[in-house]
Amino acid sequence: MKKYTNTGSKDTRSGFGAGMTELGQKNENVVALCADLIGSLKFDDFKKNHPERFFQIGIAEANMIGIAAGLTIGGKIPFTGTFANFSTGRVYDQIRQSVAYSDKNVKICASHAGLTLGEDGATHQILEDIGLMKMLPGMTVINTCDYNQTKAATLALADHHGPAYLRFGRPVVPNFMPADEPFVIGKAIMLNEGTDVTIIATGHLVWEALIAAEALEAKGISAEVINIHTIKPLDEEAILKSVKKTGCVVTAEEHNIIGGLGESVSRTLVANHLVPQEFVAVNDSFGESGTPDQLMEKYKLNNQAIVEAVEKVIKRK
Amino acid sequence: MICSTKKIKLLLQAINIYSIIMSNTQQLQDFTTQVRRDILRMVHAVNSGHPGGSLGCAEFLVTLYQDVMKRNEGFDMNGIGEDLFFLSNGHISPVFYSVLARSGYFSVAELATFRKLNSRLQGHPTTHEGLPGIRMASGSLGQGMSVAIGAAQAKKLNNDNHLVFALLGDGELQEGQNWEAIMYASAKKVDNLIATIDLNGKQIDGTTDEVLSMGSVKAKFEAFDWIVLEIKEGNNIDAIKAGLADAKSKSGNGKPVCILLHTEMGNGVDFMMHTHAWHGKAPNDEQLAKALEQNVETLGDY
Repeated sequence: MKKYTNTGSKDTRSGFGAGMTELGQKNENVVALCADLIGSLKFDDFKKNHPERFFQIGIAEANMIGIAAGLTIGGKIPFTGTFANFSTGRVYDQIRQSVAYSDKNVKICASHAGLTLGEDGATHQILEDIGLMKMLPGMTVINTCDYNQTKAATLALADHHGPAYLRFGRPVVPNFMPADEPFVIGKAIMLNEGTDVTIIATGHLVWEALIAAEALEAKGISAEVINIHTIKPLDEEAILKSVKKTGCVVTAEEHNIIGGLGESVSRTLVANHLVPQEFVAVNDSFGESGTPDQLMEKYKLNNQAIVEAVEKVIKRK
Repeated sequence: MICSTKKIKLLLQAINIYSIIMSNTQQLQDFTTQVRRDILRMVHAVNSGHPGGSLGCAEFLVTLYQDVMKRNEGFDMNGIGEDLFFLSNGHISPVFYSVLARSGYFSVAELATFRKLNSRLQGHPTTHEGLPGIRMASGSLGQGMSVAIGAAQAKKLNNDNHLVFALLGDGELQEGQNWEAIMYASAKKVDNLIATIDLNGKQIDGTTDEVLSMGSVKAKFEAFDWIVLEIKEGNNIDAIKAGLADAKSKSGNGKPVCILLHTEMGNGVDFMMHTHAWHGKAPNDEQLAKALEQNVETLGDY
């Protein structure tokens, strides 16, 4: 199978920070807003280089979303930054009315998504945010897999008009996507072509899917691996093309099984071309404290879980 | 001799200015009467909507749009080089739509579509249907102040020295997001913002004191380091003009400006005043006829 090399592990949020640094230089309409988490969101450079375009809101996320909506009136392109939990669930109605329904060009950028936030525990580990955001009409939903992709997505969002949710994480993870890989919103990336099963993964589960595919190859199973970075709009064409070839699919995501990528894929399959599907996702529960690796193992969100799901789904073909 | 001629001239000048102001006030009064008719007829036609707060803020919005705000021809979402207005208490959409239509943003005939299927005049204001004059959706309360602050900060970044106005209900201040915004605006010196609170003392379930007493709104805004002005007669056009002029003169001094606008819910229709009953209730045929009798057509019904 096609080899992907980890060019040096980094956190995805640093990719966001690097993207913001570049946007600060490239696009004078880009402004950044933060709710008391500059270091966590890697806003330090943007703040230092463009203090007049950086808005420290304080611990007041609802106000941050509203101010971001207002800043678009006057042509600014606001990027808000806080943890995923406080970027979505806490401010859902503000996003719904002032951003989505008002069609404001606000980029809601969310770090520390999912279980890999780790030791802080379930109060901070949101596993429902993809579902919340994808249900909003007109909202673009992106979950990036590594440093390079997060940086590329950040840059792409500045050129995309409309409300968007960009989800990334806290831990240091392999960086394997080519730095020059074009990021096209809504366009899936084929990582490895295969014939027996399609693995559709998003976020931190993409690297795990690649490791799983190698393990499966050793077992004589040819796995096609697709990186779905954009959950909405979903690249249905790429999904359907692949499952018509392989006849079954495993979806993998660091999110609740209800409302995530898996369900979006299911809807596409049911409406167009029904094949068996297995889900690697959190089984409708909250998270807990622990290291990211421990949590991903306990909640079955790693490469072993993907291998098991593949073996199960192939039997159902 | 020369001196007294000068005096006479000055006196004549003063009379002239006074009469201009007076005639302007009369024009705004006539405009308001027509807006009241629009509100009543719109709400009656669909047997839904919020006449009480709409009538209470009619003089204020008419004065703001017709006499105070610097507005460009036509409508551009970004509103560069003009004053902006944000309605946070979106349920008083009837008065907003009427004032916008009669200020030239869209045809007054379109007021007849209010709250009907396929209309741009949704129950609560929205940008979603592309209605000129609207820059944000509102209706879910408590969000307008934040949006107005963002727009004010965009003006500063654009070196645009025009003002941002916002109108909020008093009951709406029970929403916590307002206090995040109120704290922020003074801390960050958003001094190109004039936020008006419609202090009618009433909300759906009763008086604001009964539902959730807010104590002194004035003291609260002052404690948050805002410049606070009061318009005691919030349904008196001259008082509104003076208050808004005062607010404008106090803007640009490092602090946001708050106007406490004391209004009468249901103003201009005797049986709708002094009660919260007409917050969200439409008049029947008989009540409409009675209300319209008290507000004779001035600029032509839609």
